[in-house]
Amino acid sequence: MRRLRGRADAVGAGPLGPRRRLSARPLIRLLVTLVAVVGVALVATAIAGPAGAQDPPTTAPPTTAPGGAPAPVDSGQVVRGILRYDDEDGEEVPVEGIDLTIESQDGTFSQDVTTDEDGAFEVPVPGPGAYVATIDPDTIPEEVTLKDEDRTELAFNLGPNQSRNVLFPLQFGEGTGSSDTFFNRFLRLGVEGIKFGLIIAICAVGLSLIFGTTGLVNFAHGEMVTYGAIIGYLFNVTIGIPMLLAAPLAILVAIITGFGIDRAFWRPLNRRGTGLIAMLVITIGLGILVRYIFLYQFQGFTRTYADYQLQTRGLELGPVTIVPRDLATIIISVVVLVLVALFLQRTRIGKAMRAVSDNRDLAESSGIDVEKVVGYVWAAGAGLAALGGILLGLSEQVSWLMGFQLLLLMFAGTTLGGLGTAYGALVGSLVVGMFVQLSTLFVAPELKNVGALIILILILLVRPQGILGQAERVG
Amino acid sequence: MNWENIFSNALESAIGRDAMVYALAAVGLNLHFGYTGLLNFGQVGFMAVGAYGVGISVIEFGWPLWAGVLVGIVAATMLALVLGVPTLRLRADYLAIVTIAAGEILRFIFRAAEFRDFTGGSNGINGFAGDFNDANPFSNGQYGFWIVKFSETQIWVLTVGWTLVLLSVLLIWALVRSPWGRVLKAIREDEDAVRALGKNVYAYKMQSLIVGGVIGSFAGMMLALSAGSVQPDNYGTATTFFAYVCLLLGGAATIWGPVVGSMLFWLIMSFTENMLRQAVDNDYIPDSIMTGTQVGQVRFMLVGLLLVLLMVFRPQGIFGDRREIAMTTR
Repeated sequence: MRRLRGRADAVGAGPLGPRRRLSARPLIRLLVTLVAVVGVALVATAIAGPAGAQDPPTTAPPTTAPGGAPAPVDSGQVVRGILRYDDEDGEEVPVEGIDLTIESQDGTFSQDVTTDEDGAFEVPVPGPGAYVATIDPDTIPEEVTLKDEDRTELAFNLGPNQSRNVLFPLQFGEGTGSSDTFFNRFLRLGVEGIKFGLIIAICAVGLSLIFGTTGLVNFAHGEMVTYGAIIGYLFNVTIGIPMLLAAPLAILVAIITGFGIDRAFWRPLNRRGTGLIAMLVITIGLGILVRYIFLYQFQGFTRTYADYQLQTRGLELGPVTIVPRDLATIIISVVVLVLVALFLQRTRIGKAMRAVSDNRDLAESSGIDVEKVVGYVWAAGAGLAALGGILLGLSEQVSWLMGFQLLLLMFAGTTLGGLGTAYGALVGSLVVGMFVQLSTLFVAPELKNVGALIILILILLVRPQGILGQAERVG
Repeated sequence: MNWENIFSNALESAIGRDAMVYALAAVGLNLHFGYTGLLNFGQVGFMAVGAYGVGISVIEFGWPLWAGVLVGIVAATMLALVLGVPTLRLRADYLAIVTIAAGEILRFIFRAAEFRDFTGGSNGINGFAGDFNDANPFSNGQYGFWIVKFSETQIWVLTVGWTLVLLSVLLIWALVRSPWGRVLKAIREDEDAVRALGKNVYAYKMQSLIVGGVIGSFAGMMLALSAGSVQPDNYGTATTFFAYVCLLLGGAATIWGPVVGSMLFWLIMSFTENMLRQAVDNDYIPDSIMTGTQVGQVRFMLVGLLLVLLMVFRPQGIFGDRREIAMTTR
C-alpha cells in the first residue's frame, strides 16, 4: 500500500520531480508566508482605508451632468430625482413612467423604480456606499431623448447620512449636436474602445506570461490589478505624492510584492508538487481572501485619484475630441506594450521567458534557470497589472472590485488571442476592448460585457487556439 | 454573549436551507470535478437557469409547478450542451474560463432592464411558491429537536430538499460504480488512454456535464422555492466558489463528501458569523477594528482562506483519497 502511494505521488508530481515528503519546515514556511501575504495586504490597505474614511469621497464623478450637482440632505438615506424636460415653449414637463434601477456597486442592493406623474422617483437605500443609477432608455417617451444618449448610467458615492439627487438631463425632440450622428458616436466609442482595450492588454499580458511559463491560470490576477490601483491611491491621495511619482512607486511596490509572493508562496508549493489544478483553486481562494481584505480596509466606496480628474477641455483630433488624460493613457499603454515586446524579443531574460513558455523541459535542460525566470514573470506580471490598475483608476475610479470586474475581460482577451502567447493577449485584449465599447451602439450599456464573453465562447468553437495561438492536436 | 443562540443558529445552519442547497450543488460538482475531472466554475449558471426556469414558467406563463421544474431541467441540459460543445475538446482550464464567464453572462442577462418583462430585471421574480406551499403536509407550528427550531414552511422545504439530496447521492453512487462511472474515472486519470481504448471521451464528458448540471439546477430550484422568489444577484460567482469549498472540504470523488462538507461548511460559517456579530454588538471588538457591516466580509475572507489551506494541506478533504483527485492538468 505504502509503495503504491509513493508511486502514485511520483507520477502525479509532474515534470518537477518526485514529491518531497511532507516535513514540518516547509509547512511552517508556507503558513508564515500565507500570514505574511495577508499581513501585507492588510497593512498596505489599512493605511489607505482610514485616511479615506476621514475624507469621505464627496467629489462627484467628473462626468456629472450640468445641473446634476449633488445635493446632500440630512434626512434618511434616499436616492431621488425628477425627470423632466423643457418643451417647445420652454415649459417644464415632467415625464411619467420611466424605469430606473438604483443598485449598489457591490451588488448587495438593487431596486427598480418608475417615475410618478410629477416625474419624480425616490428610493430608500440601506446606507453609505457606491451606487449606480441606470435609466432604461426604452421607457423614455418617443418625443423626448436623453441629452447624452450614451450615458444611461450614473455612478455616485453616498456618504454617511447623505441623500442625493440623481439627474438624467432630457431634451425635447431628436437629439442634436455633433455627438448624435452614428458615425461620430462610432468614432468616439472606437477611441474609448482602444483606450479600454489597451488597459486590458497591459493587465492581460502578465496573465498570459504567467500562464505560458507556469501553466497556471491565475484567477487572482484581478486582485493584482486592484492592488496596484490601491497602492497608487495610498501614495497619491493618502500620502499626497503627485501621480507622476506615485504611479512608478506603486508599480515598484507591486513588482516587489509579485516577486516576493512567488519566492515565498508559489515556489515552495511547486517544489512540494502541488498540482496545477490545486494551484488554480488556490489562486481563487487567494483572490477571494485578498478581495475582501480590500473591501474591509478600503470600504465599498469608489474613490478618485487626486490628479487629472477634472478634464473638460478636450483636444480635437479631426472628428473626435479626446481629453488629455485619455490621450496620455493611450500613449503610455502603447509605449509600455512596445517596451514589453522589445523586452521579450531582445533581452536575455525575455528570450528565456519565451523559451520557458514554448517548452519548459527543453528550456530547463538547455541550462535556463526556470524557477528564476518564473520569478521574473511574476514580478513583471504584477508590475504590468499595477500599471493597468492605475490607468483604469485614472480613467474610471478606484474600487475594491475593479480588478475582479476586469478579470473576465482579461480572460476573454487572452483566450481570444491564444492562451499563453504574449502578443496574442495584446491583440485579443484590443479586440475585446473595442467590442465592449462599440457594442453599446446596439445594446444597452449594462449588457456590454456580455457580448465580449459570448465572442469568447464563439471563438473557442471555431478557433480554439485563439487568433495567434498555434494549432495543436486536441481531443 | 448568548452562546445558546450561537450554537442553535450554527446547528440550524448545518441542516438548514443553505446547507441543503449547497449540498445539491456540490453533489453535481462532484460528478463534474471529482469523478470526471471537469473544472466547472459555472455551477451557479445551472442553478440560475433552474431557478429562472421555474420562476418564468409559473409566473410569466402561468404553468403548474411540475412543468416549471421540467423547464428548469431542460434549460440546464441546454446550458450544458452550449458550454460543453466548444470546451470539452480542449484543456481543462478552457472549461474553467468559459463556465465562469457563462455564469456571469447569465446573471447579466437575467438582471438586465432590457428583459425586465420576462425576468423582472434586478428585482427578480416573486411569489411563485404557491403550488409548493399548498402541498405542505405540515400543519402550523414549530418543528425541531433540542435547541433547533424550524417553522412549518422551513421544515417542508428541508424535507423536500434533503430528500432530493439523498436521491441525487444515491444516483451518483449508482452511476459511479457502473461501467459508465468507471469510464468517467478513467477519463479523469488519463484521457488519452481512454480514447485509445476506443471510448468517445467527448460524449462521456458531455453526459457527465449534463447530469451534474441538472443536479445543480435542482439546487437553484430549491433555493428559489424556499423563498418563492429568485433574485439575480444571489447567482454570482461567489456561489460557485462556496459550492467548491463545500465539495473540497468533504472530499471530492467521495459519495458523502459534498453533503458532509456542505453541512460542516455552513456550521463553521454560521458559528463564526454569529460569534463575531455578537462580539461586535457587545463591544468586545471595538468599532475601530470591526463594524457590523464588516462581519459579513470576514466570512468571505474565511472562505478564501479555507480554500487555500485545504488545497495546500489537504486537497483530498476530510474523506477523500489523494490519488483520486484530478489536481494536475494534462
